Amino acid sequence: MPLRDGKIVMWDMAGQALETARVRGAKYADVRVMHLRQRDLTTKNGQVGTLAQSESIGLGIRVLAGGAWGFASTDRLTREGVSACAGRAVAIAKASAIAKRKEVVMAAEEAYVDSWQSPFRKDPFEIPLETQLALLLAADAEMRRVKGVTLTETDLQFRKIDSWFASSIGSRIHQRKMMSGCGIVATSFQGDEIQKRSYPNSFGGQHSLQGYELVESLELLKHAPRVAEEAVALHSAAQCPQKTGTLILGGSQLGLQIHESVGHPIELDRVLGEEANFAGTSFLTLDKLNKLRYGSEIVNVVADARLEHGPGLGSFAYDDEGVPAQCTDIIKGGEFRGYLSNRETAHLVGLARSSGTMRTESWNRLPIIRMTNISLLPGTWRSDDLIADTDDAILMETNRSWSIDDRRYQFQFSTEMGWEIKGGKKARMLKNPSYSGITTEFWNSCDAICDEREWVLWGTPNCGKGQPMQTMGTGHGASPARFRNIRIGAAFSES
Amino acid sequence: MSAAQKSLSRGGRGAASGAGGLLSERELRRIIDSVLLLAESTDAEEAEVHVDEVEDSLTRFANNAIHQNVAEHGLTVSVRTVVDGRTARATTNRVDEDSLRGAIEASLSLAHSQPKDPRLLPVPGKQRYRKVERFARPTAALTPDDRARAVRRACDLAVKRGQVAAGIFASGESQTAMGNSRGLFATYRETHAEFSITMQEAPAASWAKANAANVRDFDPHELAERASEKAHRATNAQELPPGRYTVILEPSAVLDIVGFLFYDFAATALADKRSCLNDRMGKQVFGKNISIVDDAYHPLQLGAPFDGEGMPRERVLLVDRGVPKNLVYSRASAKLAKKKPTGHGFMLPNEHGEAPVNLVFRGGNTSVEEMIASTERGLLVTRLWYIREVDPYEKVMTGMTRDGLFLVENGRVSSAVRNFRFNQSLLEMLSNVEMLGPAVRASGEEAFEMVVPAMKVREFHFSEVTKF
Repeated sequence: MPLRDGKIVMWDMAGQALETARVRGAKYADVRVMHLRQRDLTTKNGQVGTLAQSESIGLGIRVLAGGAWGFASTDRLTREGVSACAGRAVAIAKASAIAKRKEVVMAAEEAYVDSWQSPFRKDPFEIPLETQLALLLAADAEMRRVKGVTLTETDLQFRKIDSWFASSIGSRIHQRKMMSGCGIVATSFQGDEIQKRSYPNSFGGQHSLQGYELVESLELLKHAPRVAEEAVALHSAAQCPQKTGTLILGGSQLGLQIHESVGHPIELDRVLGEEANFAGTSFLTLDKLNKLRYGSEIVNVVADARLEHGPGLGSFAYDDEGVPAQCTDIIKGGEFRGYLSNRETAHLVGLARSSGTMRTESWNRLPIIRMTNISLLPGTWRSDDLIADTDDAILMETNRSWSIDDRRYQFQFSTEMGWEIKGGKKARMLKNPSYSGITTEFWNSCDAICDEREWVLWGTPNCGKGQPMQTMGTGHGASPARFRNIRIGAAFSES
Repeated sequence: MSAAQKSLSRGGRGAASGAGGLLSERELRRIIDSVLLLAESTDAEEAEVHVDEVEDSLTRFANNAIHQNVAEHGLTVSVRTVVDGRTARATTNRVDEDSLRGAIEASLSLAHSQPKDPRLLPVPGKQRYRKVERFARPTAALTPDDRARAVRRACDLAVKRGQVAAGIFASGESQTAMGNSRGLFATYRETHAEFSITMQEAPAASWAKANAANVRDFDPHELAERASEKAHRATNAQELPPGRYTVILEPSAVLDIVGFLFYDFAATALADKRSCLNDRMGKQVFGKNISIVDDAYHPLQLGAPFDGEGMPRERVLLVDRGVPKNLVYSRASAKLAKKKPTGHGFMLPNEHGEAPVNLVFRGGNTSVEEMIASTERGLLVTRLWYIREVDPYEKVMTGMTRDGLFLVENGRVSSAVRNFRFNQSLLEMLSNVEMLGPAVRASGEEAFEMVVPAMKVREFHFSEVTKF
């Protein structure tokens, strides 16, 4: 089955896998044929670092047989290879039944026949490589112009993913997603200190469901000198104090805070113990739904995979279980309102339907419950007014480290840079800022959120979960926000 | 039919059809030869090919039942071409001639797009490798039913004790082969098996894990028993104030935190001035009881005897009695530093250079029980979790304890303790080691497997406490 025959071949393969599974005894099956293309470009200190392109195509089939699940995947896309893979999935499901405790109950879902493509203006795979590298090398050079910078790094990453989903209830869904990411980093080693600044975010920059227009919109060259100057200036900045006080978080850091202290705990598979051995469980036990005061009254969080929420890494038309994208209230007016569910877990929280959050990294991985775009909805403040309204606080920007316990109560974050806020004004720069706390106490201390003018849908491209490990991109909309009575500086404290 | 087509059609993939079996070495060589032959008809001056193949299965359980059970086969062919002082890589998982030709063309197109790199080295010629035997037939022969039965037994134990089991039983085989246009050819295959279990006795939990080439080197039920017994002891945890405590770190806890130190031993990391060893090489950075080697040939290690460039891995003494002595080098970083490559380079092109990946700590002869007996007041730590770097030069790491933290008083484990957050410098920690256990192959979740001992460490810094 040559790839060049395109969609028809993909549907043939999917259909053949479903038919084999049915004949071998599967009561339900779904298949994903996926074609993934990726390009990575990096520079370091004015030289090209990574320059690589990859493609991967294969098929994965999940079956329910003997009342238990099995999954198999293959890159042998011949008639024999596909049949063997489907047969293997059924045999594995039957082995699963050796250690089965209950029947699988799946929420009802419609069958869909559809084709969807994420919108983009410029296909990054069509932009000349010379143009892309020239941009990175120019940004790299801008950073190296600043005295004291000891390491400069830039990166571009593009992914194009086609998936053909077919299920035994009759769905046939093709989706194409285009994703782009880019960022720059300046590092300075001086004395006994390594400091760095990243733009527009750390860990690879900003990532979204867009084409090359994302890269152009970020104006790397404009920001490169500032990033480099800040990295060097941090050496002479004052150490972030240790105290309990007011904290203002920049949008990208708040995005990661949402990811760790809201996004993961609301995953119903974690709540139900299915991740207990690896990623952990969740403090959000089922008794807390609609009862827990998660945050203050101005805290509203949604899980929104719909494109109208924005071009996030968690945006799609259908999840990898064939369920349409949805918007679910997670926190409304501070109250805990919803989990991320799939067809198997929805009924456990009284839902008639999955919230559409099953996602897979690739054809060789089982779809699991994943964050989509978990976003804090905008508040009412302008950032200038927020600063002016704050007598004494620390503003923290751009994540440097993140850690949270395996039930998602206690966290600690540090950021690349901080600013002291005194008397309603931005005062001196602070180095090594950090803050820590308990999830619900933190969100209940939120007393101001900036409005939609500063709301950005940040992309987290590197969320790890599952065994075998899967890396997934998630979206997190956030604008700067203020929190009271927060423990600051614990990462550098001495008891 | 072209020569490359003939070569590929001879290679076939019949040996690996269905549910098991990797390609033979001859088949791998045929794929590599085909790519090199195709590259000869392009403007590539040099070419290098990696073929990687996996055949993996993983049975996952939770709530005392299997809930996920997966298997995969994957093969990738990765091509690096060199043209006029420029290089780039393209990877595909399709082995038909069109796809391989497409990968070569993509690699060339990427290579042509960049400025010339005056530091680019020619691909290496033929090398000699030490033989390592890390393929165990009992692991390769493991079936889904075998794994399910072992899982069932562990789950039955949990049910019997009123506990809830979750974990994985994974097994598989993989191989890698590489060749280049100067005649280098290297191949390696291994099996791997892993059992990990968390036993939950609300609100507590504990954990045990093992990983080996041969599934017969560990006993899943013994691991289940150990986790179960510890989970029971971990109930009724008391809250202690944060502060500095003497800790007894079990091998998995040691592994997961020291694992964050090792990119610092890359020569490229020092050249980039992002290593904590900048300005510290040759100095007494750690305690005199800390010695570390990177040794791919250690009997408890897994992994290929060659690196991503095809260079033979060498045993490197990294730390000698607390003094960082040597770094690891790729070919490029070695040339820059006027040293010999040590066989630790990553696949090119990359910006990271190299890293040691077969760490072996020199152990001691004090058992964990003896460490406990010697401790007036301290904490016994099963494992550490979600570890991240807070300060890259002082190497301050943060993270949590997880799955069993116990108070030790007057030489005995007295009670369970609520989990702490730590903020601890690794440099300081490895200067405060009072006792070392025998070095064992340890398995965790934050770092790759290493051979490390349990450690008794004074003044370990816990900064905050969580709710359980």
